[in-house]
Amino acid sequence: MTTTFLVVSSLVKVLVILLITVGAFAPILIWAERRQSAMIQDRLGPSRAAIVLPDSAVVFIDRARLPLWRLAALTGIVAIVALITLTFVAIEGSNPLPISTSALTASLVGFGAASVLLRAGYGVHTMIVRNGGRIMLIGLLHPLADAIKFIFKEDFVPPKSDKLLFSAGPIIALIPAIAAFAVIPFASTLHWDYLNQVLPRTGEIAGPAVPMQVASINVGILFIFAIASTGIIGAAISGYASDNKYSLLGGIRAASQMVSYEVVLGLTLVPAFMVYASLRLEDMAMWQHRHMWGIFIPPLTLAAINFFVAAVAETKRVPFDLPEGESELVGGYLTEYSGMKFGMFFMGEFVEVVSLAAIASVLFLGGWDVPYLYRDGFEFTLPFVAGSLSVPLVHWLVVAIQFVIFLFKIIILIWFQLMIRWSLPRFRYDQLMSLCWKGLLPVSLLNILVVGAFMLSGWLDIWVAFYEKLF
Amino acid sequence: MAVEVKVIKKPGRTIAEQVYIPEIAKGLGFAMGRFFKNTFGPQAKKEIATVKYPEEKVEYPERFRGIHRLTQRTDGSPRCVACLCCSTACPAQCIYIEPAEYDPDDPRYGYERYPSVFMIDELRCIFCGYCVEACPCDAIRMDTGMHMPPSTQREHFLYDKETLLSIPGRDGSYLTANPRHEPGDPTHPGVDRERGH
Repeated sequence: MTTTFLVVSSLVKVLVILLITVGAFAPILIWAERRQSAMIQDRLGPSRAAIVLPDSAVVFIDRARLPLWRLAALTGIVAIVALITLTFVAIEGSNPLPISTSALTASLVGFGAASVLLRAGYGVHTMIVRNGGRIMLIGLLHPLADAIKFIFKEDFVPPKSDKLLFSAGPIIALIPAIAAFAVIPFASTLHWDYLNQVLPRTGEIAGPAVPMQVASINVGILFIFAIASTGIIGAAISGYASDNKYSLLGGIRAASQMVSYEVVLGLTLVPAFMVYASLRLEDMAMWQHRHMWGIFIPPLTLAAINFFVAAVAETKRVPFDLPEGESELVGGYLTEYSGMKFGMFFMGEFVEVVSLAAIASVLFLGGWDVPYLYRDGFEFTLPFVAGSLSVPLVHWLVVAIQFVIFLFKIIILIWFQLMIRWSLPRFRYDQLMSLCWKGLLPVSLLNILVVGAFMLSGWLDIWVAFYEKLF
Repeated sequence: MAVEVKVIKKPGRTIAEQVYIPEIAKGLGFAMGRFFKNTFGPQAKKEIATVKYPEEKVEYPERFRGIHRLTQRTDGSPRCVACLCCSTACPAQCIYIEPAEYDPDDPRYGYERYPSVFMIDELRCIFCGYCVEACPCDAIRMDTGMHMPPSTQREHFLYDKETLLSIPGRDGSYLTANPRHEPGDPTHPGVDRERGH
C-alpha cells in the first residue's frame, strides 16, 4: 500500500464523514426535530421556507407536465417488456432473440430507473405548480433558511467578556463532536482490488485493504471519551467567558452534569470491553458480526440502556437539558451567543447526537453488521432446519449494504432520542444528580460484576452458542 | 357538636410510578402512537389541526363578520334608503352617507331616498355588526366571509358605494333573501300615491 493511496483514502473518508455529519445529518436533524415534534403535537410543522420560482418558470413547468408523464409511462412500458422478455429467457434457458441478455438487463435497469425518476419528477413538479411555483420540499429548506439567518446575524460579543475564550467556546464544543467520528467503523474492510468479485467468506485477503474508518487506533473507545470530555470545556468556558451570571450558572451546571455522566458512560462500557475483549471499535463490530449483537446478551442489555440514558444526558438534551433550562437560566451558557457562534453550539449538539447514536450502534447494535449478510453475500437460514438460501453479492455491494444499514441504525437511534426529547419533562437538578450517582453508577458497577460472573461461569459461551444455533 | 372532619388520603404514587420507567414507557408509547398516526397513517385518520395557511384556508363560521357589502335590488340599485340608521348606530363612526332625493317622476320619490355617497372606512370599523342590526331594509350586510385585501395605502380602505355594491355575499348573490316591495308594486303593503293617502 503506497503512502499516496493511504493519504487519498483517508482524505476521502474524512470528507465522507464531514458530509454525513455536518453536511447531511445535522441539517436534517434540525428539520426532523421540529417535524417530529409537530407530528406528535398534531401540527404540520415547518413547511413555509420556500424557493420561489418566477411565473414564467411555473408556466414552463406546467407545460412540461404531460410530456413528463408520457415519458415516464413509455420508459415504464419498455422496462416491463424487458422484464417479461428476461423472465421468458430465464425460463427457456437460452436466448433465441437478436438482443443479448446483458443488453436486456441493462435496458431493464436503465429504463426502470428512468421511469421511476420521471414519475418522481412528475410528482415533484405537480407539487410545485400546486403551490404556485414555490418549492417547499416538506420543510427541508428550513435548515438552509436558518443557516442564512445565522450567517447574516450580528456577531455580538458582550463588551466586558473575555473575547478570546468567548470565541473559542463554540469551536471547542463543535470540534470534539465531529472528531469522535474518527474511530467509528462504518462498514467492514474494503478490499480495493476485488471490488467486482465475490470474496470468500473467511480467510485473509491479499492486496490493499481500506479499513472503513478514519483512524484505526488501539485505544479506540478511550479516544472517544478523551475527545468527548473536551466538549465539557467548551460549555464551561463559554459560560465563564460570557460575563453573565446566567451563563456562568449554565456553564457550571453543564460541567458538573457532563463530568458526572462521563463516569457512568465509561462504566457502562466496561462490560462491553470485557465481552468483546478489545478496545478497538472495529474489533467490537467484528465480534458482533461473528457472534451476536451485544444488546442480546442479557447483562449487556442493561449496559446498553444505561449507556443510552447517560448518552442523552451527555448531549445535554431534553430530559437533561438543565444547563440551558430556559425557565431558570434564560439560555444557560448559550445566553450571550448569537449568529453563527450559536449555530456552532447548535450544530455541535446535533453532531453529538449523531456520534453518540453511532457509538451506541457500534457497541450494542452490531455496528455495520447486517443479519444474514456475510462477506460473500446473503445466506438466509432458519433455526433447526437444514438448508439455506444464499445470494452471492460482489464485494462493493456488500460494503455498500453494510454502510447503508449502519446509517439506518444511526437514524433509528436518533429518532428514538428525538422521541425522548419530545415526550419527557425536564428533571430537577438534584434528581439529575441522584439519578447519576445513586442510580446509574451503582447499577453499572454491579453490572460489571454480573458480566464478570457471566463470563467466568461459562454462561456467556453457552448463550452465544445457543444464539448462533438459532440464527 | 364537634365539627366532623373527613380525612381524605393524599393521593400517593403507586410503585409503578415511583420506579418511573413504566411511566416513561407509557409516555413514549403515547407520543409514538401520535407520531406514527400523523406521519404514516391513512389520510383520514390524521389529526393534524393546522393548515398550510395561504394555500389552504379554514372556512370561517357561518356568522363570521367579514367586510361589508351593500345589497342590491333586482334592478341593481342599492337597497339602501339613506335613512342614516347605520351611521347613527356605528360606534366607530366609520360610515359616511350623503342622502339624495329621487327624481319627482320616480315612483319612489317622496317615500324614500337613496345614498349618493356611501363610504365606509374599513380601517376605523370595529366589526361590531351594529350597522347590520340597525338597518331596517337589510341593505348592509357583513356576510361576505372576506377580509380586506391588504394594501399599503390608507385610501384603499375607504370603500365607496360602487365597491360595496360589487362585493357578493358568501353564497355569491348580490341580493338578500328578503324580498323588497317597491312603492307602486301591487305587493307594496303600505299606502302609496296611486292608492291615495
